Amino acid sequence: MPSTLLAIALRAVRAAVTLLLCVTVVFVALRAAGDPSEQLLPAETPPDVRAEYRAAWGLDRPIPIQYATWLARIGEGDFGRSFADGGPAFDAVVEALPRTLLLGGTALSLALVVGLTIGVAAALRHGTALDRGLMGVAVLGYSMPVFFLGILFILFFVLHLRILPSSGATTPWHLILPSVTLALPLAGRIARFARTATLEVMGRPFVRAARAKGLGRIAVVVRHALPNAAIPLLMFLGIEIGLTLSGAVVTETIFAWPGLGRLLVDSVALRDLPVVQAVILTVTAIIVAANLAVDVLHALVDPKVDLARTLGSGR
Amino acid sequence: MSEASAAAIAPLPSISRRISATLRRDPVLVVAGLLALALLVLAIAAPLLSPFDPDQQKLLARLRPPVGFDGARVGYWLGTDQLGRDILSRTLHGLRLTLALALFGAVVGLALGAVVGTISGLVGGIVDDLAMGFVDLVISLPFVLVALLVIALAGTDMLVLIVVLGLAYWAHFARLIRAQVLALRNLPYVEAARASGAGGLRIALVHMAPNIVSPVIVMFTLNVSNLILLESSLSFLGLGVQPPTATLGSMVGQGRDYMASAPWVVAAPAVVIVLVALVVMLVGDALRDRFDVRLRER
Repeated sequence: MPSTLLAIALRAVRAAVTLLLCVTVVFVALRAAGDPSEQLLPAETPPDVRAEYRAAWGLDRPIPIQYATWLARIGEGDFGRSFADGGPAFDAVVEALPRTLLLGGTALSLALVVGLTIGVAAALRHGTALDRGLMGVAVLGYSMPVFFLGILFILFFVLHLRILPSSGATTPWHLILPSVTLALPLAGRIARFARTATLEVMGRPFVRAARAKGLGRIAVVVRHALPNAAIPLLMFLGIEIGLTLSGAVVTETIFAWPGLGRLLVDSVALRDLPVVQAVILTVTAIIVAANLAVDVLHALVDPKVDLARTLGSGR
Repeated sequence: MSEASAAAIAPLPSISRRISATLRRDPVLVVAGLLALALLVLAIAAPLLSPFDPDQQKLLARLRPPVGFDGARVGYWLGTDQLGRDILSRTLHGLRLTLALALFGAVVGLALGAVVGTISGLVGGIVDDLAMGFVDLVISLPFVLVALLVIALAGTDMLVLIVVLGLAYWAHFARLIRAQVLALRNLPYVEAARASGAGGLRIALVHMAPNIVSPVIVMFTLNVSNLILLESSLSFLGLGVQPPTATLGSMVGQGRDYMASAPWVVAAPAVVIVLVALVVMLVGDALRDRFDVRLRER
């Protein structure tokens, strides 16, 4: 048990270091592009306001002090003011975040159900036409660009059948098209992954033993194979969370879903840097936290967690 | 081994027989390869094949449907867009630019990754730890975030887009090449080369590179496919190539508003994007299945 705790502690430290590195990279990027007061304030700002801003953010001080000031500000959730509405940049993020979590969570659950079903079915019928057909669909699912899927759905369900709304987030109906669009490529990748994981487990002796004692194929999969495939699946999902969030950037834009992705695209187009950095650092924090959660779960579930691998940064 | 020596003794089979043998073993690779070749030819020959200047507007011939529909205009095979530009010509030129950007981005990424990966693998120690720590960090973040940060800072510009696409996969290449270099580093033939006085650069280029080529080709192909989608997505969002220049993604992005009344504006470029990305990915997958011995039995 102490070794598990140590493993968790080490992973928490690594997550903190990762986050700090990301924040530092954003800081360096902002400085490398020139005086941040040029970038972070609207062009028409009067000189005295600009000077006040430079003093408040320590921009007239040496770089290490600038860095410390910036870190302290960010730690308090102060990312500067949005050009678009003049309000604190972080407020816009706080407003959009729950909608993205709702969209992403729905898509992730949907993708898990569909992807696992398809992947396990393909593995159980390994080598048959069903296997090849399902995997063909899976490849098609994740090689189609998200915006193409979105447009197909709008053409068919919104313009042709006229049964679903295409933009906004006012009713539960509005959630259907964006979450399905976001879920499909993910489901394709999960299906492919689940197929490989299941095939691998099905070849092990304990599965043959379970079959030999008379358990049916489905029961063997549910009781013995899936729990053993759960750990690699968990690790895989940790990576997929990042991809889902980047998929949300496009999906939210197509369906005018007012979440973080759309906020990011709009802010980049306006070059509203305070909001851009607030969104990027928030999303990074979510990804780092999700990966940490996966690592901790992994350490708790798997008795074989290898400390050396934790220290060796996953290599 | 026996197969190889037999092939060395027997006369080489004719080209047509070799093609039919490959077709039997790898039908996907052949079909996808031929499609890829066809798309490449279309892209290269776009200026010759296009009936019109892709940016030339004809406001009297806006939103005309493709040939075979009511209101079609002779000569405009795939119809015209909201500014009366020929969609066939724009799709061909868009394909050309999209492919060029994706290939260029993959080459830049490969070059950067090869330098970092080779140095990291050959030098080892603290350099290796630092470099791979950074590579792990870069890979763990979704690249769209980095891309959007760069674009927010530097603005939308062709050069910025090229930099962004080049940065997209360097870390993946670096990790792969480092792993290969580490695997080769202590093999007897590399030791022999080192013992006979070859320097690090010579060992990397003459002795290691030929043995790393096949996994790198596979990754390169798969990354081209991903870069096509990345470029298309950025251009679709209006953050990539700027109007009036056509890329497939920007055509879909700008045509989106006319989808209800004129779906053909979006259809041609969208279908071509999917086709290109799918074909390139199938080629990559088929190559991987061929090169990767471990996957052969599955």
